[in-house]
Amino acid sequence: MTPTPPSLDAEALYVRLREAVRDLMATLPAGRTHLVGIHSGGSWIAERLHRDLGLPEAPGKLDISFYRDDFARIGLHPQVKPSAITFDVDDKHLVLIDDVLYTGRTIRAAMNELFDYGRPASIKLAVLVDRGGRELPVAADFAAATIELPPGRNLVLSRNGESFKIDFETLPPQEPQHA
Amino acid sequence: MRNPQLNSNGELTHLLTVEGLPRDILTHILDTAESFVPLADREIKKVPLLRGKSVFNLFFENSTRTRTTFEIAAKRLSADVYNLNISASSASKGESLLDTINNLSAMQADLFVVRHASSGAPHLIARHVAPHVHVINAGDGRHAHPTQGLLDMYTIRHYKKDFSQLTVAIVGDILHSRVARSDIHALTTLGVPEVRAIGPLTLLPSGLEQMGVRVFTNMAEGLKGVDVIIMLRLQNERMRGALLPSAQEYFKHYGLTQEKLALAKPDAIVMHPGPMNRGVEIDSSVADGKQAVILNQVTFGIAVRMAVMSIVAGA
Repeated sequence: MTPTPPSLDAEALYVRLREAVRDLMATLPAGRTHLVGIHSGGSWIAERLHRDLGLPEAPGKLDISFYRDDFARIGLHPQVKPSAITFDVDDKHLVLIDDVLYTGRTIRAAMNELFDYGRPASIKLAVLVDRGGRELPVAADFAAATIELPPGRNLVLSRNGESFKIDFETLPPQEPQHA
Repeated sequence: MRNPQLNSNGELTHLLTVEGLPRDILTHILDTAESFVPLADREIKKVPLLRGKSVFNLFFENSTRTRTTFEIAAKRLSADVYNLNISASSASKGESLLDTINNLSAMQADLFVVRHASSGAPHLIARHVAPHVHVINAGDGRHAHPTQGLLDMYTIRHYKKDFSQLTVAIVGDILHSRVARSDIHALTTLGVPEVRAIGPLTLLPSGLEQMGVRVFTNMAEGLKGVDVIIMLRLQNERMRGALLPSAQEYFKHYGLTQEKLALAKPDAIVMHPGPMNRGVEIDSSVADGKQAVILNQVTFGIAVRMAVMSIVAGA
């Protein structure tokens, strides 16, 4: 794991991710493989991958708010978006896309939600940035960058039209973290 | 004085009435409900939000539909649900309301869903329970039925998208209707520019104009150009109380027929909180017609109740 760089080139990372996802999908059965993006950053990336890779089926979208493990502590997220998985999940190979991998709790929640849609054949995970700080035994199959970021610092993906940007953000103390 | 429904952070901790709730809280409930709607199409229609929580449905007054939709909503949130038909148990043995609540609280209740014939009963319970316990009003006397009001708003928003250009007519026994009261407060808060109340003078409460409502005793006039028609159930006991001559007479003047519906906008929707009296307040051809969204209201009601429960339980 490399130390925190002064900045991250989100577009360059996206290109690496795109090529990795292209290679990954070539190893999975065509017609039975789907992208699933995690709201919001992961969904943006999955949408763009869908266009750039010319995939036939629209990616699934997950908002994991109803599956978070900190509901008892902080209540419901103020802006929940509907999840939309329009394909049958049973026996499909899913490539889960997120912007930042941190504690692993979001990925656990996403997998729990996916299993309420059906029983996938497999789930892979591809992210733009793995920032360390895992609290659960979760690992990405591909991360375009792997950095070390102390707790209290955050990475925020934004998009302007097609292109992505990543900013570093300092969290106010005791803000619950869930990335 | 602080709104008794909100905690010190301004979050909704009980839902007792729509009156006095700010627009952003109503919108948050509707937005959250929208995310629960797609669950109905899934293989597993449950989410784990209220796992381990105990929801007590306390129905001091009978209601099959409301109780069932609350039960389904709580179960889809993974809560454990206990249905208590109090009218047939302790209350008839003389136990006081708060003693009943104390006993159920001693059984680790987390959320009470309360229907009561007395206006204000859910308020009383909300003031009495421990801070981590939440109360949802499922209809109290003539006062309020906030989840019905909210599911009506959800239905209107679903079909009409935007509240800011709408004319909404509420037709029938407004005087005795807690649904009408909750609808009027919700419509006004959400920015509906014109709310109309249509009914015979004997069934219209005073003070509607002060709530910003236009009052009509002539149904044909009142329905002209409306986007949404909310029909209310005519309770049979009103006929005995000399407020109305007969069901036939009522239907003639205030029953929604195809002819009267034609006075509203062509894309107007017809709503009804149920249970319907066909041939009294609504003609069967309208109730089953393509403009009726009455059964969709029932379906949306589950998602709206899930939203309310998960928001108050998380406060």
